[in-house]
Amino acid sequence: MNEFILSLAPGWALTHASVLLVALPLIAGAIAAALPWGRAAWGVVVAVMAASLFFSAILTAQVLTGGAFSYTLGGWAPPVGIEYRIDGLNVGMLLLVSAIGFLVSLYAPEAVEDEIDKGKHPLFYAAFLICFAGLLGVAITGDAFNLFVFLEISSISTYALVAMGAGRDRRALTAAYNYLILGTIGATFFVIGVGFLYMATGTLNLVDLAARMAELGDNRAIQVGFAFIVIGLGLKLAMYPLHVWLPNAYAFAPTMVTAFLAATATKVAFYALARFLFIVFDQGFAFEELALVWLIAPLGAVGMIAASIQAIFQTDVRRLLAYSSVAQVGYMLLGLGIGTAAGVSAGFLHLFNHAAMKGALFLALGAASVCYGVTQVKDLRGLGRTMPWTAAAIAIGCASLMGVPGTAGFVSKWALFNAALDNGWYWAIAAIAAASILAFFYVGRMIQMIYLQPAPERGGEPAPALRAPWLVMIPMWILAAANIVFGWYADLPVTLANAASAAIWGGAP
Amino acid sequence: MNAHLVLKTVSKALIPLIALFALYVQFHGDFGPGGGFQAGVIMAAAVILYALVYGLQEAKRAVPPIVVRLGASLGALLFAGVGVVTLFLGGDFLDYDVLPGGQHAGIIAVELGVLLTVACVMVIIFYAFSGRARDISDEEW
Repeated sequence: MNEFILSLAPGWALTHASVLLVALPLIAGAIAAALPWGRAAWGVVVAVMAASLFFSAILTAQVLTGGAFSYTLGGWAPPVGIEYRIDGLNVGMLLLVSAIGFLVSLYAPEAVEDEIDKGKHPLFYAAFLICFAGLLGVAITGDAFNLFVFLEISSISTYALVAMGAGRDRRALTAAYNYLILGTIGATFFVIGVGFLYMATGTLNLVDLAARMAELGDNRAIQVGFAFIVIGLGLKLAMYPLHVWLPNAYAFAPTMVTAFLAATATKVAFYALARFLFIVFDQGFAFEELALVWLIAPLGAVGMIAASIQAIFQTDVRRLLAYSSVAQVGYMLLGLGIGTAAGVSAGFLHLFNHAAMKGALFLALGAASVCYGVTQVKDLRGLGRTMPWTAAAIAIGCASLMGVPGTAGFVSKWALFNAALDNGWYWAIAAIAAASILAFFYVGRMIQMIYLQPAPERGGEPAPALRAPWLVMIPMWILAAANIVFGWYADLPVTLANAASAAIWGGAP
Repeated sequence: MNAHLVLKTVSKALIPLIALFALYVQFHGDFGPGGGFQAGVIMAAAVILYALVYGLQEAKRAVPPIVVRLGASLGALLFAGVGVVTLFLGGDFLDYDVLPGGQHAGIIAVELGVLLTVACVMVIIFYAFSGRARDISDEEW
């Protein structure tokens, strides 16, 4: 498979794929903002997403066959200039973001037509492209300050995207404002942390930082920098007590934005945290060990349970899934906190699988919202009869979310379970089991509404059965099918997750 | 008698100088302090001063919103376009050494893009906020 992709790629793509992956969506964003027609802007989006997917497939194939490599911007050599560094840890993120971006962009025209003012369509697509470029940039860059810049590029465009939900529900504005304040605090903490590291080492290149901090040993500035970076990224990835911006942002954003963000934005911040925890900061530091065991892992476990309980009591269906996302981030953090190759690999595996679950669920809910205006859990009544295909996709996503054997969710929870068992962390196993049982309750509420309640009546007659448009059905079902396929043949996500842990501890990718 | 004769006359004399100073900051940026961002802000200040003295409608006639929006995109494209040109000339992205004129030409072209985008975005922000309040008539001053 890898050789096949590499044989397809032209020579220029082999050398410049990494920079084009980020530059192309940025350029296209500027073009889309200048276009007067929304449809033309959408055409640009789909073309760019397809190209990005191709570029990240090339990068994946290159890393899996030849190992890590880097690209220097402007021809300036790494410790001074900015480098893009592609290794096993970030290549999976690049593939994930561009695959989700492509699928979500297919779904865009129906939803955007329905939810956003016509005059704003080109600007919406422009913001979407810029957000996409920012997320890829965070994943690909090998420079701490460049990472901050891309983090802000993606976040600021996300605030605009969330606020565009105001056409449907004015609460999107307060949700976006909340997100703006907390997101900016997170970014500020991150950049303060980077400032402390720069103070101690005099470098911003991540590889160079790691090497110099290992020489310096324990140092007050490094400890403070570490604390700021963990909190800053924790805010961005919705680590449990820092998650308060997330539920409203997901609930009131346009449906397409929710599907995209849920599957990518917190994931990319999670990746950045993993890189700082395990690669940039030397694992010999005592405070690092303490942070993993006493901060990251317990907060992950608390988040899994507390957010699941909150999810049970939500009435808005997208808020319900948003709280469930916070809980799933808890699983991934628990994987990081275990701190072994198996644990980190399980965390990343859950990251990929969760992107497939939430992508499918939010796209399916988007379809239900376009056809029937579904926003509340009770609006899902009888969806099994009125929109059987969409309802089936929701059911698959829910099964995967609970971790029913035979779905992707089971594979990653099983991996996490084993990693915790190897460490002898029985409390973590109990937390995983408890959170899965709680998931059964909130997911059960949706399934019960969909399949066991009669369809609502319209003018005395039961509401007519509707099929979602093809451009909605195709991406939704690709993601739903991924939940089943990765439950049986988990080769792709397992390879990428193992490449991630191999990038940290060495060994074959 | 016009209500703001002095204000209008003085700003009419100042605005071209402000714009000129913006270009000075831009092109002197590689010898001394300055550069595209500062130049863009100064350029936008010229437009904003015009809008403050002559009113938003007049300013929008002189610098139409559509032009500003296209300018913002064009500036970003100019910056990224330099990167694409360096790729076509066989270098890495934004490797100015392969350009005819070398580093100097590259940085000037890129900073021109910054100037254009920053100036336009400043004006867009000003238009967006000032468009929300009604114009103050001459008698209310």
